[in-house]
Amino acid sequence: MTRSFLITLLVFAALAPLLVAVDQSWKKHISQPDRAKTNPFAGDANAIAAGSRLFADHCSKCHGADALGRGKRPSLRTPEVQSATEGEIFWILRNGVLRRGMPSWSSLPEASRWQLVTYVKSLGVTSQSQSSEDKGHQE
Amino acid sequence: MFASIGSATHAVNKVGCMHIVSSLFRRAPAQFVFALLGLFCFAPKCFAQEPPYFVTYSSDLEEPGNLEVAFKGAVATPQYGNQFRSGTLELEYGAKAWWTTELYLSGQNTAHDTTVFSGWRFENRFRPLFREHAINPVLYVEYENLSIADRSLLEITGHDSKSDLLLANWQGRLETERSIETKLILSSSFHSWNISENFIAEKEISAEPWEFGYALGVSRPLAFAASAHGCMWCRERFAAGAEIYGGLGDSNGFGFKATSQYLGPTIAYDIPHGPTISFSPNFGLNANSIGVLYRFKVSYELQQIFHRRSGDKRGQ
Repeated sequence: MTRSFLITLLVFAALAPLLVAVDQSWKKHISQPDRAKTNPFAGDANAIAAGSRLFADHCSKCHGADALGRGKRPSLRTPEVQSATEGEIFWILRNGVLRRGMPSWSSLPEASRWQLVTYVKSLGVTSQSQSSEDKGHQE
Repeated sequence: MFASIGSATHAVNKVGCMHIVSSLFRRAPAQFVFALLGLFCFAPKCFAQEPPYFVTYSSDLEEPGNLEVAFKGAVATPQYGNQFRSGTLELEYGAKAWWTTELYLSGQNTAHDTTVFSGWRFENRFRPLFREHAINPVLYVEYENLSIADRSLLEITGHDSKSDLLLANWQGRLETERSIETKLILSSSFHSWNISENFIAEKEISAEPWEFGYALGVSRPLAFAASAHGCMWCRERFAAGAEIYGGLGDSNGFGFKATSQYLGPTIAYDIPHGPTISFSPNFGLNANSIGVLYRFKVSYELQQIFHRRSGDKRGQ
């Protein structure tokens, strides 16, 4: 009895190394068809407004209300993010970067994720690297 | 203008939220749960986009750094027994994006009997694959320390039956079951529908055999795209689906024989700036099952509860 219990624990322990995946630049993993996906809401003002609401609900606590990042959480207004294709941003919303703390948002409906992409792309690049909210807090 | 409308809506929602919470917990055995959740109505939150399941788990984990506080209730009147009302407080924390840890505290009240604390559970869920696939597995392991008086019915395994619910509370409290429960959770997203399957294996830390169970759920949000302006009753705030779950016997007799089985629709609603409330009537599918089991849940997500403190440390 105790042995079967220990075997169960060992099985779970043996699966643990699977959790340590090799982390590389997220863009490397994206296939060409995924990169080339087109945003059905591109440039749509309503989608930007809806995406803004979704961003406030789901993303702002980590990335900052102005998307400039908070602490170790990255800014979404860097040239790297803003130069990414909409398909690439959509891919990362679906898959996340689990090892680095970015969760998968696959539970959000696809249309909502495209609205978020539309909003993020509408923000543009800024040279600031950290949320004013966070800076104010640190002061 | 939007700011003033928003603050007015928020004030109305606070009142509505308190009303809903107070009416849902009027009969809850643990009064502190009511106070705790009522308090959260005034804290910043986001609404979770989780499928509206009560028994089935999907591959969705808690976002790292977020704490979800939930109260899960079940009300039923088993044949030849007294009505019971169980309540379970859940504290779910996103330790990592691939690891969620959770503590459950359960109690129940039985009509013409007593109110008892029936035990606790500690669970962990892990995502072994770091990307989305057609089917996404999650490994689940839980330690339970529950008296036989427990009525939370968070899972059905083995030969669980409505006759188990006829014991008086004083009898049920005499025996405590300590067990390990494992689940293989498989979950898929298909055109914004969620389809989840759970396979359960549970072993009491004694000479009892392995017990098995399952849960299947399917759900979808009522609207796929968010609206441009905030709204109280728009479809995007609702999710609906159905669940079926039950026991699969044990290692001495696998199958549906002498098990209980349930099926029911489920619906969830995200109150703007408030908690998510869910409701599901579950219907027993065979003679071993309770006729109707009413489940409800109120959950509230607190975002990044430790982030501010860690930000302070970095800033020093």
